Amino acid sequence: MSSRVTIEYFALLRERRGLDREEVETSAPDAAALFDEIAARHGFGSRRDTVRVAINDEVTTWNHPVSSGDRIVFLTPFGGG
Amino acid sequence: MTDQLPSFAFRLTSDAIDTASLTRELHDSAAGACVTFEGRVRDVNEGHAVRRLEYESYEAVALKEGKRVMDEAASKEHVIAAQCIHRVGRLEIGEIAVWVGVISGHREEAFRACRYIIDEVKARVPIWKREQYRDGASEWIENAR
Repeated sequence: MSSRVTIEYFALLRERRGLDREEVETSAPDAAALFDEIAARHGFGSRRDTVRVAINDEVTTWNHPVSSGDRIVFLTPFGGG
Repeated sequence: MTDQLPSFAFRLTSDAIDTASLTRELHDSAAGACVTFEGRVRDVNEGHAVRRLEYESYEAVALKEGKRVMDEAASKEHVIAAQCIHRVGRLEIGEIAVWVGVISGHREEAFRACRYIIDEVKARVPIWKREQYRDGASEWIENAR
């Protein structure tokens, strides 16, 4: 079973991916599997334990399921302040 | 004369931060203390000569999480009002990147709440910083955890 999601990229990952956003067809059941899939495909080089995830504008856990229509953002460590 | 902002607001701006007017907004006759913090762009980081900075935010979550931090500060005893504003976009050396202001009955609570807000904002609000160096290189900088 696959789902179609939108991934938005910021900062380091935006530069690595070369895109602000993309639509992706994935069979990943949860956010962790999706990150691993995308990170491997594009050679992100960021380990998942240093990254957080937001789904539909809420920071959530890696085991959060992925559903069609979700907007997903992977958050590398912050640098504000 | 007073603003329409809630007493505990978190904002993002691409304009220069006007600390005098922000401080003026924080007034209350019950406030015996006003503590402010400003984070500035410095010209060196870990031995690299910095030319300028760029901040990028994930605005929807930044505003939501920033507001949560302010609400947590609001729940602390004796804190009357607090404001936090963070720059996004390109900043030059010496500019103010972030400003926090707190008023309270006595200084102790204001110092504590101000410290709480800046620490939590740095840890929890999705804002990223890229340093441009004088030698032409640039790098995304992570906050120490």
